[in-house]
Amino acid sequence: MRYLPLTPADRSAMLGVIGAGSVDDLFADVPAAARLSGPIAGLPRHASEMAVERHMAALAGKNVSAGSVPFFLGAGAYRHHIPASVDHLIQRGEFLTAYTPYQPEIAQGTLQVLFEFQTQVARLLGTEVANASMYDGSTACWEAVAMAARITRRKRAVLSGGLHPHYVATVQTMARFTGDEIDSRLPQLAAAPDDDALIAAIDAETSCVVVQYPDVLGRIPDLAKIAAVAQAQGALLIAVVTEPVALGLIEAPGKLGADIVVGEGQAIGVGLQFGGPYLGLFGCRDKFVRQMPGRLCGQTVDAAGKRGFVLTLSTREQHIRREKATSNICTNAGLCALAFSIQMTLLGGEGLGRMARISHARARQTAERLAQVPGVRVLNSAYVNEFTVLLPTDAREAVRRMADGGVLGGVSLGRLYPGAGDLSNGLLVAASECTTLEDIEALGVALEGVLA
Amino acid sequence: MNAVNQAGWRPEMGQANAATRATSSGDRALMLEEALIFELGQPGTCGVDFGETDLPPLDSLAPFLRRDPLDLPGLSEPEAVRHYTRLSRQNYAIDLGPFPLGSCTMKHNPRLNEKVARMAGFADLHPLQPVSTVQGALGAINQLAHWLIELTGMHGVAMSPKAGAHGELCGLLCIKAALEARGEARTTILVPESAHGTNPATAAFAGFAVESIPATCEGRVDLAALTAKLGPHVAGVMITNPNTCGLFERDMKAISDAVHAAGGYVYCDGANFNAVVGKVRPGDLGIDAMHINLHKTFSTPHGGGGPGSGPVVLSAALSPFGPLPFTVREADGSVRLVEEEQAAHEHPQGFGRMAAFHGQMGMFTRALAYILSHGADGLQQVAEDAVLNANYVLCSLDDVLDAPFGASGPCMHEALFSDTGLAEGFSTLDIAKGLIDEGFHPMTVYFPLVVHGAMLVEPTETESKAGLDRFIASLRSLAERARAGDEALKSAPHFAPRRRLDETMAARKPVLVWQG
Repeated sequence: MRYLPLTPADRSAMLGVIGAGSVDDLFADVPAAARLSGPIAGLPRHASEMAVERHMAALAGKNVSAGSVPFFLGAGAYRHHIPASVDHLIQRGEFLTAYTPYQPEIAQGTLQVLFEFQTQVARLLGTEVANASMYDGSTACWEAVAMAARITRRKRAVLSGGLHPHYVATVQTMARFTGDEIDSRLPQLAAAPDDDALIAAIDAETSCVVVQYPDVLGRIPDLAKIAAVAQAQGALLIAVVTEPVALGLIEAPGKLGADIVVGEGQAIGVGLQFGGPYLGLFGCRDKFVRQMPGRLCGQTVDAAGKRGFVLTLSTREQHIRREKATSNICTNAGLCALAFSIQMTLLGGEGLGRMARISHARARQTAERLAQVPGVRVLNSAYVNEFTVLLPTDAREAVRRMADGGVLGGVSLGRLYPGAGDLSNGLLVAASECTTLEDIEALGVALEGVLA
Repeated sequence: MNAVNQAGWRPEMGQANAATRATSSGDRALMLEEALIFELGQPGTCGVDFGETDLPPLDSLAPFLRRDPLDLPGLSEPEAVRHYTRLSRQNYAIDLGPFPLGSCTMKHNPRLNEKVARMAGFADLHPLQPVSTVQGALGAINQLAHWLIELTGMHGVAMSPKAGAHGELCGLLCIKAALEARGEARTTILVPESAHGTNPATAAFAGFAVESIPATCEGRVDLAALTAKLGPHVAGVMITNPNTCGLFERDMKAISDAVHAAGGYVYCDGANFNAVVGKVRPGDLGIDAMHINLHKTFSTPHGGGGPGSGPVVLSAALSPFGPLPFTVREADGSVRLVEEEQAAHEHPQGFGRMAAFHGQMGMFTRALAYILSHGADGLQQVAEDAVLNANYVLCSLDDVLDAPFGASGPCMHEALFSDTGLAEGFSTLDIAKGLIDEGFHPMTVYFPLVVHGAMLVEPTETESKAGLDRFIASLRSLAERARAGDEALKSAPHFAPRRRLDETMAARKPVLVWQG
């Protein structure tokens, strides 16, 4: 077995040092009745690298990869260009095969990256601080709701109708067991989000208002207005960003008054990966830092006076505080944070702005083409690189038929909101700098075909 | 056995402090310092070429546009590659040498798995593509699920949890949902005092009270004490097996039977499953739920702190309550995804969704490649070699380091030592920092909490005997120095990129973002 260095001679010499007759003696504490005598029946035996690669390539070959066809899916996961250097650098063994930096003297590489990452994320989100990452956007959202409950000592969270339904479901799962009350609603098919209806739901018992920006239909809520009302009631505004590239163009939520900003960082450097691993972004006001979940990296000095970095404020965390911790999170998304950080370093603020402007332009061109399709209407008055169109028919069926014709044309609202009949004709369409004019024309033609 | 290798070759580094003269750059040959990107980069620089667009933003977007450009510096590609390559060299990694962190399982990461995960047919798939376009991906998830069920002897598996602690939460939510279905509101989870910190944190987050179970003098759960605490208020127990002292819980089946008889459920923390994979199936020990850290047992890379992946295998009693989504293989070989739409009639008792989308696909493909490479026979060998290596470390050092449970039987995958016998004023931390100077990553220190100054050494199966002998020789010399009171050890490390860092200062006045 190519991954196991011990030879039979090594094993027998080592058993001699231990004073055991056989390796089975080392498993003497496993009750004999439960001990397996041989390899588990029904499972194959070991295989060569060639054989495994062949098997996995065959599975991969049964899928239609996004880059191989005209592609317009978004809804919380976005396909943007990832420079080749990003994936090369994250495969440096010193990054790829390191552990959580518990021994800072020999982990300054990871720690400095995390410090740079925290700074990049805080500036992107417009918050004073950011942590070293969470599992993904949806779990970061759940943690933010729990954090708001700790800060306000209230248990009623108001969720906007524009919050991604998987995020809503994730928060509802958490609440079912913590006892928080979740006030959620479906999105309305209007040109702009109904901020006033959301504001009307805020009361003196509200711990937080959770608002996606841009929202799941690609519309842009008025965060400043919502923040003012929420804060007047003693509630926190949690802004959720599922498409961070949009922040290259529109104002950062923290600058508009959000107290906590969480996000999905996948769009920058991480890739689609069929849904994971992704990258939870988490920023907030400085005064809330001791209520934050997750790891934090901080600057300090070593015994010789040199600048260095360590994991810090770990008295919030489970390995110190156990049942009194702010969260049970242990592992974060270190390697995805590295990928995000490298791409942000390559882009800089200027490059992210350019990426957002081109993505927006491609989305505009896509919307203009789709508006020419008979019976199709663009819903949004404003959007960055994702918008909703209304079809004259069920969008799920249209998406399936376009896929059969080799066009991945968007995400139907029926897939996201099964059972919500009012929404079933809605189709979410996203574009990016990867979208070509030929792709846009192919989508237009495909949609004309399935609606004909 | 102290030979560094069969030829007896040992590196000669010369006088340790011969090169103390300052250089004008601050660097020293291959020891390179690196500034922060904020000190290197300039606003306006961009290392990625895009086309430009003449199309202005929509007029309706005007009220939402940024007032100021995003204030982040950029680097050109050569500068960026150099920045991260220089930083990488300040990290220790399993690719450089043993990384014997007990309970963390740092084993070799096969590169085939990296190659497979990057195949466009896996890496470049959107999670919401029509299922007809992702049959291979759903098939891979389903195949991994099948292996996890077979290897554990359980009934079902929840694939979506994102890491071990997230898996713990999944298991406890299943237990809570099962109790709700029975109409019972049990309030308490029992947790051994040697448990990982995530266990009590998870139980508290899920709304349970946590009660601690003591250990016996031999380092195992005290069955009598546990049984005495059982009652109608106990929802379940969380047991780590093999436990954090590196010992197999001999009484596991009796514990499960007692908990079940009292109406509770048994959660097993599977962080240490790598010690017994292919040797014993948790399902045969009465376990109701157990998370499997794919980044431990099945060697997906740790990446400097994640991403992990924590699928949870479930008993027949808990499977109906597991989260969405999951896959079902049909008779014709096609694979379906059961999401919210199908849940109402196919999975009505499920507790809901733990996260967006379908789980850590990039970890699933790596773990599947690892499992297929090893096969049922290779996985069994993995457990045997991991346990053999740990016992070899234990028996090679128990004359110079105190092994508090050395008389409790063979250890499993990790060897536990205490600080008993070190000279006055010398601590486990000094030995750990001394190992850094010796060119090794230290073991887990001060955990488990039940042992004073714990040193938990997990060599894993991917260390050679020669490599272990080098490590053992170094740890032996450090133990001897700490017993003899060698003052130089107290200021170790001397040769790392940094000396000991001031963690108190970092916590007292936190600087979490660049202040320049």
